[in-house]
Amino acid sequence: MSIKIQAKDLNLYYGEKHALKNVNLDIEENKITAFIGPSGCGKSTFLKTLNRMNDYVKNIKITGNVSLDEEDIYDSRVDTTILRKKVGMVFQQPNPFPMSIYDNVAYGPRIHGIKNKKQLDEIVEKSLKAAALYDEVADRLHTSALGLSGGQQQRLCIARCLAVEPDVILLDEPTSALDPISTLKIEELLMELKEKYTIAIVTHNMQQASRIADYTAFFLVGEMVEYGKTKDLFSLPKDKRTEDYITGRFG
Amino acid sequence: MENSIFDKKSRLSDKVLYSLIQLCTLFSVVLLVVIIGYICYRGIPDFSFSYLINTPSIINDTIGILPNIINTLYMIVLTLLIACPIGIGGAIYLNEYATNKKFVSVISFTTEVLAGIPSIIYGLFGMLFFGGVLKLSYSILTGALTLAIMILPIISRNTQVALEAVPKSYREAALGIGATKWYMIRTVLLPSAIPGILTGIILSMGRIIAESAALLFTAGSAHILPVGLFDHLFMSGGTLTIELYLCMSEGNFQEAFVIAFILIIIVLALNFTAKWISKKFDVNKVV
Repeated sequence: MSIKIQAKDLNLYYGEKHALKNVNLDIEENKITAFIGPSGCGKSTFLKTLNRMNDYVKNIKITGNVSLDEEDIYDSRVDTTILRKKVGMVFQQPNPFPMSIYDNVAYGPRIHGIKNKKQLDEIVEKSLKAAALYDEVADRLHTSALGLSGGQQQRLCIARCLAVEPDVILLDEPTSALDPISTLKIEELLMELKEKYTIAIVTHNMQQASRIADYTAFFLVGEMVEYGKTKDLFSLPKDKRTEDYITGRFG
Repeated sequence: MENSIFDKKSRLSDKVLYSLIQLCTLFSVVLLVVIIGYICYRGIPDFSFSYLINTPSIINDTIGILPNIINTLYMIVLTLLIACPIGIGGAIYLNEYATNKKFVSVISFTTEVLAGIPSIIYGLFGMLFFGGVLKLSYSILTGALTLAIMILPIISRNTQVALEAVPKSYREAALGIGATKWYMIRTVLLPSAIPGILTGIILSMGRIIAESAALLFTAGSAHILPVGLFDHLFMSGGTLTIELYLCMSEGNFQEAFVIAFILIIIVLALNFTAKWISKKFDVNKVV
């Protein structure tokens, strides 16, 4: 059991708004960690701090630190390209590029300098297989990715993320725009992927967290209220607010 | 039954307005057809292909607009070569890199003002600055530089709008996988924005072809064939529109209508090309 990502005394401000308050949280390797909480609680914001996707937001201020394999990711020497190769992200809305399925998956490897056609072919096939999409698209790799269904698009985005061989995959409500069957497929996929990757997932769906996550953190107005093994958190919440939330009293 | 859903009321005001807007549409279509029709009617009888491939010459006793056609092509290519990199580059900077909102809005406002300035003022500036200060005198280069300033707002505005229309999710996806900003712009943003950028370029070509006021005192009105590819840049040269203007001022309506006819054909061809290109390069459509 080892810690992959560690957030220490993390504070984040959007202008005047204190969006994350003193968050301390360790994410374990080869486990699924879920972040739950009502809208606006900071769970997505927290997720984005883990691969510095917040860098593009204006008037943002971050204090404290986040480390990946004990290296501070907010250090001025950090190359975000390499960081994001290690810590990939899948977003809420499936967002394939308006390119062919093949080019979507090959996009990441190409950024990192892989040009060899044969090597790319292999990566594309491997990634699509890992994302449980290959069989459905094998005969149309060179058609537009925009022609896929929502669920397929999201698995394509996961494949695109896997293609750069990350260590960590961050998923920001990856199934909230999908139907139940696609959601199930993605959940099964994540359970398989945790063998090789460390996964952090934001979800507004508590059942989802309880189904797939090893650890769950509950966020409320910028505060990380409670964090622990998923079954403990759902069966024996220590904090009154966690209990109120998971029993559906608010949120 | 009272108030049944079958009691269809006839609403007079709706009908009147409906007819009015129909009439407006009809009017604009008819107007276009009449103008094009009239130009064809006056232009086609005197049109001959020899006219397209000859030079006006008293010695050889020929008339023709080949030099004007070549000058027009020169003007289009040269102006776009100057304006496109600046306009597109500027738009990319404003949209993707500039962080100071106030600065961006000042620039945008300036661009809009630039777009609204009467073209004769560009002509005046071009003549005095490029022609006089830079000593390029009456030349195709002076004309192209002048027109480049004039079409810059069209190109930059269209590029900006096209870039703004690219979904934020594409940017996130590219950055999230480790693309640098420039790589993201090159591989995702620009390909998605190409139809919009091309529309701007084609609109600009229309402006270049149509322009007379800004060219009369910058590029001049000479109609001689080029002797060298680059030498011609420094020679005076009138475009088709300038030639048309000269014909009209001499009362030579016969020739004027032939040129008008040719111009209309070119402009229509450009419009169709624009449509075709926008469709062809639209990466966002699903085949």
